[in-house]
Amino acid sequence: MTRRIYGILNPLVPRGNCMPFRVFFAAAIALLFGTASAADLTIALSADITSLDPHYVAAQPNINIGWHVFDALTRVDERARLIPGIAESWRAVNPTTWEFKLHKGVKFHDGSELTTEDVAFSLERPLTITGSPGGFAVYVRPIVAREIVDRYTIRLKTAAPYGALPQDLNSILIVSKKAASNATPADFDSGRAMIGSGPYKFVRFLHGDRVELVRFDGHWEAPAAWDKVTFRVMPTDTARTAALLAGDVDVIENVPTADLARLRGSPNFRLAQAVSWRTIFFHLDQHRTRPPLITDKTGRPLAANPFMDVRVRRAISKAINRPALVERVMEGAAVPAANVVAPQIFGHNAELKPDAYDPDGAKKLLAEAGYPDGFGLTIAAPNNRYVNDDQVAQTVAQMLARVGIRCRVDTMPFSVYMTKARDQQFSFAMLGWGSYSADLALRSLAGTFSPDKGYGAWNWGRYSNPDLDRLIGQALGTVDEKKRAAIAREAGALAARDLAIIPLYHQIATWAMKKNISYIARTDEFTLAHQFRPAQ
Amino acid sequence: MLVFIIRRLLQSMLALLIMSVLIFAGVFAIGNPIDILINPQADQAEIARATAALGLDQPLWVQYWDFLRNAFSGDLGRSFAYNVPAVQLIFERMPATVELALTAMLMAIVFGIPLGLSAGMKPDSWFSKTIMAGSILGFSLPTFWVGLMLIMVFSVYLGWLPSTGRGHTTLLFGVPVSFLNWDGLMHLLMPALNLALFKLSLLIRLTRAGTREAMLQDYVKFARARGLPMRRIVLVHVLKNIMIPIVTVIGLEFGSLIAFSIITETIFAWPGMGKLLIDSINVLDRPVIVAYVLIIVFMFVIINLAVDLLYSLLDPRVRLTGAQT
Repeated sequence: MTRRIYGILNPLVPRGNCMPFRVFFAAAIALLFGTASAADLTIALSADITSLDPHYVAAQPNINIGWHVFDALTRVDERARLIPGIAESWRAVNPTTWEFKLHKGVKFHDGSELTTEDVAFSLERPLTITGSPGGFAVYVRPIVAREIVDRYTIRLKTAAPYGALPQDLNSILIVSKKAASNATPADFDSGRAMIGSGPYKFVRFLHGDRVELVRFDGHWEAPAAWDKVTFRVMPTDTARTAALLAGDVDVIENVPTADLARLRGSPNFRLAQAVSWRTIFFHLDQHRTRPPLITDKTGRPLAANPFMDVRVRRAISKAINRPALVERVMEGAAVPAANVVAPQIFGHNAELKPDAYDPDGAKKLLAEAGYPDGFGLTIAAPNNRYVNDDQVAQTVAQMLARVGIRCRVDTMPFSVYMTKARDQQFSFAMLGWGSYSADLALRSLAGTFSPDKGYGAWNWGRYSNPDLDRLIGQALGTVDEKKRAAIAREAGALAARDLAIIPLYHQIATWAMKKNISYIARTDEFTLAHQFRPAQ
Repeated sequence: MLVFIIRRLLQSMLALLIMSVLIFAGVFAIGNPIDILINPQADQAEIARATAALGLDQPLWVQYWDFLRNAFSGDLGRSFAYNVPAVQLIFERMPATVELALTAMLMAIVFGIPLGLSAGMKPDSWFSKTIMAGSILGFSLPTFWVGLMLIMVFSVYLGWLPSTGRGHTTLLFGVPVSFLNWDGLMHLLMPALNLALFKLSLLIRLTRAGTREAMLQDYVKFARARGLPMRRIVLVHVLKNIMIPIVTVIGLEFGSLIAFSIITETIFAWPGMGKLLIDSINVLDRPVIVAYVLIIVFMFVIINLAVDLLYSLLDPRVRLTGAQT
């Protein structure tokens, strides 16, 4: 609600003719306090940094800071492709053993060398963190043994073949064993244990306000462009944009869609955009005979669950006008989706095309499935999590109404929504997902729900298809990257054919910055200071 | 007096206990923080492990009992998201909020009471009419809108003031404050003004009403008959008599400034407690929510106590006895 009000009352009017005044004041202030050096960068983040312990909770803002101070064995580039980090190479010695070779001469901020001792320590540390509501243990749990071959070579053994390991290890930042042994979370927040090998050194952290960093000149890659970097926490959309317009910050992330047009037209600012890894889709209940909130048009329960019939799922998909949704509701900040993962992501199947908008075809399919008059359903969605999430739900409801499906829309804060969704209280529910690979995403979202196998943890609709499970298992168990990608694409095609979920669109991530700065927008939505460049 | 204070504090313990039960049950009813904070790639076993590690798999009454036991030994729990003790987290952020609230209250008092007095003494002059019209605006414009307009005018358009944040802080008795250096002061100005606007209008109207009433009283007539200068009549006799309702309101409003400066803090990205509360509610960080509410309840108790003590100073007829609550 508040976000919509902010959108309407957005105070970002074009600047008036008051430049002389501005210049005068800027000059006066510069005289009084001295100007900041040109090589300083101030970035506004859109969510709060809760802890600097890189192994405590896997929240995007925390990891974002972590990437400046620490390195990982592997990394992903701006298009989410896996590239070497401090491991210069890796290979599967056999299907259950991975060997990583480290760069020589990687230095920590305290001057000591980063060796496999630190790597082994860091890969074990997430398992020792207690009391975390969402830690990193999931990435290292497949590793059953860590064998240090020499200072620069380490072998990691898994119980079963696991092809996604190098990808998972991009999430585990390497801390210094010396500094982080017995370190408490407070030691990271205060900086005592914040000794990494990353491009920036930690200076200070003020909860809820800012993190300050300075360049580490001894970084194993080319040193970064900025001497000093300040991250400021600004969760309010309008405050972030206003801070950029007022010149208080150089860069903002997550530009509100309502401000895109204005910033694009301004001669003083520049936008950087990329298709994000976040896909927005609907889960449909596909296992209960009488799913909640699904009725006929008079409100009585139906005899059977309509979503079990793939024709009904297809009809719903065809009834959704994705281009209109993207163009109007998202103001162009999204692309229609057919896959569970975005175009750059490992295992994306480019042959899949989003269902074209076809209300007549949808009606025909509904009639064939035995619902010529449609039926009634309730769309559940959060209202403060994804970009314009509640408007999207309302728009889809109207689109479905055109093919005879009567929709109610039930939106609520994410904190309320998640627990209800996990509790299976919805039959038609929105979810957004970002993943580094299609097989991992499918395992969580569309794999048959099985706590023993660890499949389907987020499969709210309980879609189940043994063929898909087999493909997911095969892909994850393949250590050859090309073969794994091929199987993952096949799995993606099967899930799309069967409409395990109904994909809507992939979000577009947007950064806005002063004209004299440039950024190659990242698919994984991270805002990395060392990848901003001074531009001419 | 002592009996009065002790009795008050005992009553506040009961209030704290009841609040803690309400908040505990309320947050429990909303949802499970694990669902929000869990790593998306986690499987069911990992989710169960995290839930158990935080004790969230226990029945509500067991969780509450654990909380009570720890609370009596002075530990209100550790934030799930921040991984630091909740109380420490709140106290870390408290100076920013208290400074903002104090500045706002000071602005409201310094401008509100004189303006209210002058409007009350000459209710028909154009000056008082302007003040009263202004106070209606101050009352009725929503805080978030005024905040955005301030940012738009003074930061984006004119570029005089920084748009958001707290700026540099100076240590005063070990507490970081903004008002002792220029940069901090510039950052403080706009959010404090935004927060003060409503209270300012309130004080103007309250003072004006009190003044108008007092000016008709016999003691004012007698004072004038005795030939006392107007200044003395207003500043000593009238002001003292209208202070009781004003002090009550200032006390209560100060509490609400600290507790509910959330909107202003959010708009100006001011790193205070209000923002912390919103963030914590969004991720159902129960220890922080509970500790926050308990601290606020306690603060209100103390403020009310202070207000009662002030009464007895301002009005000798008020006696603080055990019977009064």
